Amino acid sequence: MTATTHESHDSHETHHQKGFIERWLMSTNHKDIGTLYITMAVIGACVGGVLSVIMRQQLMYPHNNIITSGAAWNAIITAHGLLMIFWFVMPALIGGFGNWMVPMMIGAPDMAFPRLNNMSFWFLAMGFIFIMLGLLIGTGTGAGWTIYPPLDNAQYSPGIATDFSLFSLHLAGISSLLGAINFIATILNMRAPGMTMHKMPLFCWAILVTAFLLLLAIPVLAGAVTMLIMDRNFGTSFFEPAGGGDPVLFQHLFWFFGHPEVYIMILPAFGIISHVVSTFSKKPIFGYLGMAYAMVIIGFVGFIVWAHHMFISAISTDSKVYFEVATLVIAVPTGIKIFSWIATMWGGSIEFKTPMLWAIGFIFLFVVGGATGVVLANAGLDQELHNDYFLIAHFHYVLSMGASFGVFAGFYYWIGKMTGHPYPEFWGKVHFWTFFIGVNLTFFPMHFLGLAGMPRRYPDYADAFAGWNLVASVGSIISGLSTLVFFYVLYAVFTSKEKLADNYWGEGATTLEWAVPSPAPHHTFEDVPVIR
Amino acid sequence: MKRSITSALGAAGLLALFGHMALAQATSTDPTAAANAYVNAPHNWQMWFPEAGSPLQVQIDWLMKFVLWIMTGVVVFVGILLAYVLTRYRASRNPVPSNVTHNTLVEVIWIVIPTLLLAVIVIPSINLIYSEADDSNPYLTVTVTGHQWYWEYNYSGVQGGLDYTSYMIPDNQIQPGQIRRLSVDHPMVLPAGEKIKFIINSADVLHGFYLPSLGVQRYAIPGTNLTQWTLIPKVGTYYGQCNQICGINHDAMPIEIKAIPLADYLNWVKYAQANYALNSFAPSLISSPLPVNKLADASSN
Repeated sequence: MTATTHESHDSHETHHQKGFIERWLMSTNHKDIGTLYITMAVIGACVGGVLSVIMRQQLMYPHNNIITSGAAWNAIITAHGLLMIFWFVMPALIGGFGNWMVPMMIGAPDMAFPRLNNMSFWFLAMGFIFIMLGLLIGTGTGAGWTIYPPLDNAQYSPGIATDFSLFSLHLAGISSLLGAINFIATILNMRAPGMTMHKMPLFCWAILVTAFLLLLAIPVLAGAVTMLIMDRNFGTSFFEPAGGGDPVLFQHLFWFFGHPEVYIMILPAFGIISHVVSTFSKKPIFGYLGMAYAMVIIGFVGFIVWAHHMFISAISTDSKVYFEVATLVIAVPTGIKIFSWIATMWGGSIEFKTPMLWAIGFIFLFVVGGATGVVLANAGLDQELHNDYFLIAHFHYVLSMGASFGVFAGFYYWIGKMTGHPYPEFWGKVHFWTFFIGVNLTFFPMHFLGLAGMPRRYPDYADAFAGWNLVASVGSIISGLSTLVFFYVLYAVFTSKEKLADNYWGEGATTLEWAVPSPAPHHTFEDVPVIR
Repeated sequence: MKRSITSALGAAGLLALFGHMALAQATSTDPTAAANAYVNAPHNWQMWFPEAGSPLQVQIDWLMKFVLWIMTGVVVFVGILLAYVLTRYRASRNPVPSNVTHNTLVEVIWIVIPTLLLAVIVIPSINLIYSEADDSNPYLTVTVTGHQWYWEYNYSGVQGGLDYTSYMIPDNQIQPGQIRRLSVDHPMVLPAGEKIKFIINSADVLHGFYLPSLGVQRYAIPGTNLTQWTLIPKVGTYYGQCNQICGINHDAMPIEIKAIPLADYLNWVKYAQANYALNSFAPSLISSPLPVNKLADASSN
């Protein structure tokens, strides 16, 4: 996509200096809010990541004694899942890169509703406090991230911790909902003249589809969580069989949200990967329209496949057939994306800078995770594989490797634009390779554990599962050490004296954020850019 | 009847000779001893499904191989394509990028071929779904009720009724021949070679009735009866575990199944009724939030 701007950069100096409180606590600037979101994501990832390393330490050997209480174990697995989804992947990709880049990419001065944007962040920050309370108070919240009743009702999870965790989902949900409204309004109304929908960068398409998914999915989660809270505290029995309710209803509502949620986490990463692949192949994206509409189709179909999470729950045989076929259909638009990325590289002049390494890693590992996804979509096979480590391996291949590789690709791609300083290329590559080895070592053996029949959410297991668990735990230590390399990279960026040019990636980077200086000034596009 | 007791005794004696006396309470009168001859349990560094213990698991195993080979082909193809592109079009070898952004033919191909692959997968896959659902005409129906944290087995169809609970052997009481975290005090005992129907429900929270070597898995949901069938041709011991988070001892409610010859099974029913069965109204069910009539429904089945 080619774009030119005829704004002048002189006017940026007129911006008055704000104090710390005014700038960060009352921020209405999309870049500052984006930075806050990224900070939130770093904190969320650290807490969730430390929890995962603790879990892997416990699982390193059978009959291990690092966590001896089942309650503590369940609290940790619950918090790990919720933190990684709501306080790492979503704030990094949507709140973070979305806020930072979408207005610049479409040539808008800011988001449509700057104060709403601020509110949306602080709801999430409050939600983080609540989820931590839910982890730490008493025996914590021990129902797993899927929070299925009756385990989390007042009888089986007494205590306020579970209420804190449920309210944290409300806060994170409101935050996402307001953010989604803001992105939709911004993208539909504030594109620069000449930037038609069909010229819009793919990251903006990704965020737009994601925002619609949030808009439709989050209210369903909010309803289900409200019903849970009422069952717990106000004597209703939406999900209590003794009162005429049904736990299976919750599963339907949860996955009506939960399945779009997985696309909410991966679509923005798809957007980032498209930009990175195009930039470092020095070619425009192959099949742009196909790429954009593949995301729209994935988003749409993502809403009508939810019960594939319930193949072994109460669901009729014919429904299984439908949900299996609908789920398999998603493989086709996903295939379009994978092949289009490869076709973008075909004939290109590929440079293996750090963001490109993450993008290539993403493409390959996402194909692996997608392949096991096709396996799991088969209801008949899910009867064997549901809830065992094969499933754990599958969704960590698409999330721990898919979404988080997308996050790191975006980080290395844009950190210069955000800070004005380059990252150390060598250490970026060290980070990539160590993380790549670490996560593969952690998650690939889990396929075998699952095939052998090891169930998830077990703090102790039969001795026969010891071998592959040990390998996985060693992998998690490598991933943990790799994250220390990432922190060194962050340190090096923020202490660097080197200045970067506007477009430090050169000819391949064609979107509008490369037309403004690095770091991007506080206010961009005080004159409206025109896209030719 | 007498003859089968003798044969069970004979089998037990033979097995004892071979050092296969597994259960703590196994005495020469234990009619389940035949099941100790073959133990289908996970083993270290296992990389594939357990040996199939039921016709359903044979089908699952086949379809898994079928789908996984196709998907492995896809992954390898994409991997090779990626490797080729990255080598052939690296900047040092191809300094001037092309500007091609469209090619209708390849775009159609990469829609049509994946669709065909999926169609190839879907047909046997749907057959498997219907196979799994066919629980008609069982020889025996066992109602399985999940509890925090044990299983309750109700043989509603047998003369005199039979209902008992099954707890994991705690780690510090494991005897030689038992498997830590998989062996239980009172295994479920089934006649080998007969079709069995499980009616699965729960007395408290969700549980998962998961038997990987038999291709059986269903949630145990309070207030709902789910069904699943199996048939175990080979006399032996099979293991499973709870597979849906159910509280602090989720990892401590395994399932142990002993499939024994029909004659032994009939003896075992009497043995169990005399030795470890609860009375026909299990106290744990009366106190549970699950309406007792749910189980009555099941037993009328």
